[in-house]
Amino acid sequence: MALLSKKDANLILDPLADNNPITIQVLGICSALAITAELKASVVMALSVIFVLGLGNVVISLMRNIIPSKIRIIVQLIVIATLVIIVDQVLKAFAYELSKTLAVFVGLIITNCIIMGRFEAFALGNGPWRSFLDGIGNALGYGVILIIVGFFRELLGSGTLFGYPVLGDPIAKTGLYATGYENNGFMIIPPAALIVVGVIIWVQRSRNRALIEEN
Amino acid sequence: MLEHVELFFKSIFIDNMVFAVFLGMCSYLAVSKKVSTAVGLGAAVIFVLGVTVPLNWLLDQYLLQEGALSWMGPEYADYDLSFLSFIMFIATIATMVQLVEIVVEKFSPALYNSLGIFLPLIAVNCAILGGSLFMQAREIPSLGLAFNYGISSGIGWFLAILAIAAIREKIRYSNVPPPLRGLGITFIITGLMGIGFQSFGGMLTGGDSGPAEEAEQAEVIRTEIPATEAAETEDEIKSEAQDAVSYNDLTNPN
Repeated sequence: MALLSKKDANLILDPLADNNPITIQVLGICSALAITAELKASVVMALSVIFVLGLGNVVISLMRNIIPSKIRIIVQLIVIATLVIIVDQVLKAFAYELSKTLAVFVGLIITNCIIMGRFEAFALGNGPWRSFLDGIGNALGYGVILIIVGFFRELLGSGTLFGYPVLGDPIAKTGLYATGYENNGFMIIPPAALIVVGVIIWVQRSRNRALIEEN
Repeated sequence: MLEHVELFFKSIFIDNMVFAVFLGMCSYLAVSKKVSTAVGLGAAVIFVLGVTVPLNWLLDQYLLQEGALSWMGPEYADYDLSFLSFIMFIATIATMVQLVEIVVEKFSPALYNSLGIFLPLIAVNCAILGGSLFMQAREIPSLGLAFNYGISSGIGWFLAILAIAAIREKIRYSNVPPPLRGLGITFIITGLMGIGFQSFGGMLTGGDSGPAEEAEQAEVIRTEIPATEAAETEDEIKSEAQDAVSYNDLTNPN
């Protein structure tokens, strides 16, 4: 009944924690930080990256024997750019407001190092099915961090989740605000994202001491 | 002239590539262990941004924008190819980087040796594509300004990577909690530096202060990027004071 062999399952599970693209491999930081002030944008960004990385890995893996290695970077960039244009057009058609929030960061998926990194490290040397799993796994690992950061920034910064107030009304002073709680405006500004990611790394590495770097 | 000065300082300090929009973070984190390599990569980024942003501006203006094809004849005026901009921009960047690499290798081996290994890295640096995409999104009006934008964003990135590399060289001698060593502390320091850079936000909105004064202020700050806390709070107070002035100016006439 097992849909995936143990080896294949590890392709998906590893990047979620112990080989996470953001906190361990240090790939794809740029977009992870810029759009995480709201949870909704984080989720959409995660979904876009899952789409691009999953399909891109399959395409590159299918072409891996016919790409001359000298021009492979350009070939990879063209594949990614094509997929990203699809994502961008879909977002513009069905979620125009959100595509305005994400702005240039959808385009920047092209240069998201996770994607190039996985193409180089995995898809060029493995078959399509395993590459697909690897792509999905890494994109999920990326998405998990994005969603964690987005969750804390939106909750602490605006007191909302997906735009719905969860802590009460800050103006009418209901819910938690009645006790004197205030939104932390600091969480909204860009540098807060860096500090939140820093703290996630801290927590992860204190739980798993094997990951600690030599200074 | 004034708009050039404004754009220059705005892209270096207020819209800093690293601290305000997080572009080029991957190489920023990976190549900032030593000051000398950081300088090499930073210089390469300035150079490539200075070449690709104006080039992509021309592409955008005469090929991609809505109505941009009208120079080919009136029947082409309705075309809007802007959905192709990602693929055009990245193709331009990838080919330009290769071309620059070949030319530099041929004509200036010394420069090639110092920049060489960083050039291929740069094709996939988000700061480069980001420069072109922001240039498009902000509708920069002229080729000169596009060139200015490319160079000054590059300088902003250069300053950021230089500062973090210097701090990381020093932090090796400090007693950082083990789980934070390496990546974790770098993130947090970058965050703190970003908060410092936020204080430049009021720089260009402050009432009557001319661009010369701002330039002077910027010069002072530039020399002390890994600034002491005292200096930074001073700058913060300064920009807050400027804010106050501009708010007053706004409210008084009403």
